[in-house]
Amino acid sequence: MIAERWINWIVLLGFVVLPLWALFADEPFTITLATRAVILALAAVGLNIALGIGGLVSLGHAVFFGLGGYAMGILAHHAQTYAPLELGPLVIEGTKSMPIIWVTALVTSALAALVIGLLSLRTTGVYFIMITLAFGQMFFFFSISWSAYGGEDGLSIYVRNDFPGLNTLQPIQFFGLCLAVLCLALGIHSRLRTSPFGLALNAARQAPERVETVGLNPMRLKLLAFVISGALTGLSGALFADLNRFVSPTMFSWQLSGELIVLIIIGGVGRLMGPVIGAALFVALEHLLGGLTEFWLVWLGVILLLIVLFARGGIIGILTGKAGPNV
Amino acid sequence: MSTILILEQVLNGLQFGIMLFLMAAGLTLIFGVMGLINLAHGSLYMVGAFAAAAVAGATGSFLLALAAALAAAAVAGAIIEIVVIRRLYRAAHLDQVLATFALILIFSEGTRWVFGSFPLFLDVPSYLSGPVTLPGGIQYPLYRLALIAVGLAVAVFLWWLTARTRIGIQIRAGENDREMIAALGVDISRLYTLVFALGAALAGLAGALVGAIQSVQVGMGEPVLILAFVVIVIGGIGSIKGAFIGAVLVGLTDTLGGIFLPELFKLFMEPGAATQTGSALASMAVYILMSLVLIWRPTGLFGARA
Amino acid sequence: MSEPVLATRNLKKAFGALQATDDVSIDLRAGEIHAIIGPNGAGKSTLIAQICGGYRPDAGTVHLAGVDVTSLSTAERAQRGLGRTFQISALAMEDTVLENALLGAVGHARKPWRLWGAVERDRSLRDRAMEALARVGIADLADQITANLSHGQRRQLEVAVALTLAPKAFIMDEPMAGLGAEGSKVMTTFLDGLRSEAPILLVEHDMDAVFALADRISVLVYGRVIATGSVEEIRNSREVREAYLGEEA
Ligand SMILES: Nc1ncnc2c1ncn2[C@@H]1O[C@H](COP(=O)(O)OP(=O)(O)OP(=O)(O)O)[C@@H](O)[C@H]1O
Ligand SMILES: [Mg+2]
Repeated sequence: MIAERWINWIVLLGFVVLPLWALFADEPFTITLATRAVILALAAVGLNIALGIGGLVSLGHAVFFGLGGYAMGILAHHAQTYAPLELGPLVIEGTKSMPIIWVTALVTSALAALVIGLLSLRTTGVYFIMITLAFGQMFFFFSISWSAYGGEDGLSIYVRNDFPGLNTLQPIQFFGLCLAVLCLALGIHSRLRTSPFGLALNAARQAPERVETVGLNPMRLKLLAFVISGALTGLSGALFADLNRFVSPTMFSWQLSGELIVLIIIGGVGRLMGPVIGAALFVALEHLLGGLTEFWLVWLGVILLLIVLFARGGIIGILTGKAGPNV
Repeated sequence: MSTILILEQVLNGLQFGIMLFLMAAGLTLIFGVMGLINLAHGSLYMVGAFAAAAVAGATGSFLLALAAALAAAAVAGAIIEIVVIRRLYRAAHLDQVLATFALILIFSEGTRWVFGSFPLFLDVPSYLSGPVTLPGGIQYPLYRLALIAVGLAVAVFLWWLTARTRIGIQIRAGENDREMIAALGVDISRLYTLVFALGAALAGLAGALVGAIQSVQVGMGEPVLILAFVVIVIGGIGSIKGAFIGAVLVGLTDTLGGIFLPELFKLFMEPGAATQTGSALASMAVYILMSLVLIWRPTGLFGARA
Repeated sequence: MSEPVLATRNLKKAFGALQATDDVSIDLRAGEIHAIIGPNGAGKSTLIAQICGGYRPDAGTVHLAGVDVTSLSTAERAQRGLGRTFQISALAMEDTVLENALLGAVGHARKPWRLWGAVERDRSLRDRAMEALARVGIADLADQITANLSHGQRRQLEVAVALTLAPKAFIMDEPMAGLGAEGSKVMTTFLDGLRSEAPILLVEHDMDAVFALADRISVLVYGRVIATGSVEEIRNSREVREAYLGEEA
């Protein structure tokens, strides 16, 4: 059996070596695929904080992904049309600057997570799952019916946004930027997990009544986890939109929320690198199986079913022989 | 806006609500008895619609099509219960969500494989087509009235089944204590398969009935499924009565919101912006309703206090 | 006499037609061990849940150190000095023994909003947790996964977590269950010494332990306190024999 630490480093190394190889072999599409995997991994790392540590089965994380996407789409749209966004007396200039877009995405999705979390965390269990799913659907339909930003058709952004000191039009540079953000998010996850907050949150998942009897409020712990989680997923949405130079209501779709959970489960829930491995595998399967058959999702369904029924702990669980981070 | 239009929209909302009830009743029954959250319920709705469209296409008989929808969904339900769902009753909600999500993928793509990506159409039978004149001079499609009637009949049947029959007693006992009823000699795994197939059949029926007024296509089930979740969150999980009242509330809110909110905003906004804002808000109306109910009663209108 | 650390007045709680606690008024005074005994289903755990905030009573009040805490949440009551152990262990089973004790230390230090810095490297938290584990005799198990502990060891860990809180009053629901003869003896000695730190409301079926430890005993039957008194008084009470031992009287 392999130690989890080694698996983590090997995977990260893979994310450095493969795109570099692609760069020299002149395979830009492989770089794009790797970028897609990195961004989906970031979204799932965000979700993993709520789901893996806090045990919050959110089936509505696409809300934050979509909000991040639209934060990028709306700001860049106003920049490329040279028409500022007018909200009554408030006039906001569009921007093509990634840092500003990212901060907007983080703040917007954190606020949304705060409101959704406050409502959803009044409940637990299946209620929580259904309610987060419903909120996802609410944003989905809202984005379809709000025609100012393309409605159902979405918004195209003609040129990728800028990051100071980089040429983001070069696939490898944009990839590197995304990978750096992912590593930052992984750092946050691992720090959080071992902090007093992470300890309490992790206990709140397993034994909420215990957490209460030591004088802590499990609901507030989970709320903060949900906000952090939503913010990170929101950031990934902004990057995803920049990768495709396009945003549309599908970023809010319930399928996406489901897929984010799937990524985590394939890799290993609660594991630091679970979402990363899951995302890499997902993108690889999508590409390879998708090339063989139009109906690759059937096979994804079968694989997922087998993992849920027989391989608890996902890929990391199989490789390390341990179903959970500790047991 | 005329009273006739309003009444017509109320009937539309009612009809939509009643179809949601068929979905929600199965979901809430399955959750109440087995503690299972079943995302694949929307797939059973789709299975019903496709079975009906295929049989109607081959035989031309609407009644045969309905029978096929019920049978196909019930059989599909029983099969997935026996092969997959059964292993999930004691599993974590997360596992249930994932496994049933996997089932959606398999059902949806499998159906696309068999039937292709183009929508099928199911026609309203001639004896139910055309409008009827209701008291007050309202012209209303006969088929939609028939849907309301069928839904109400199912509601009465479910009430009778759970309140008045042996199976109903077993179902209610199973909600409280599965060891107890197993000890009383009830074959619990058969009971579960039966309840699951019943819920599936109701979903299939809804799919077939709605299939005649919308197109039959892959992915048609999930939006309805999610609204059915909203319904049982509002009504309270496990309660058939809650599912009924929640469904009617959601049906009316969704339908009437879409018509009246834009009109409402026109009272104090310019028409273009009013339509935009009104319809955007209407698309969120049922979720806002759900949030309000949650703030007021976190376990729904008729849910057991946790 | 000084005012009791913990006092309940006329606590009532019904589950449907079942009156689980009926007009329960008990005191816990500084320095004492007050045992609550009664047959299975008498309402002991329900009483504890009302004291600690798990159930809202239908009627009656709970006072802690003179303050009415009846409307406070479980967490707020814990912050004000209630340290509880559960009859059915409520521990983070996937975590290590030390991590469970650390949780108590984090709660006691009110540091749950520290998002940075490893909890195990925080000296004050770690010392507090290790000390509590050592006091109940499971310091050597610190790195074990809690799920791998025996029932008795989990009971000890429950007590250790309560210790990290340095509460004003301990509320213990069957801390001896599953300990075995030897373990019971050790726990008895430990609780005996603990009462000088904070009084203990002790629910226990192990009568040897109860008779050895209790300063006072209250007998709960069908949700009612039918007698309160010293060990001798309870042993000799005809009423208690009748109600508690049934046909034997
Ligand atoms: N949540 C509940 N809902 C309904 N009835 C309950 C609930 N909790 C406890 N009861 C019932 O209330 C009565 C008292 O239960 P309680 O657990 O307080 O007894 P106990 O004295 O602690 O018993 P034991 O010695 O077995 O621990 C029992 O009849 C029990 O079945
Ligand atoms: Mg008890």
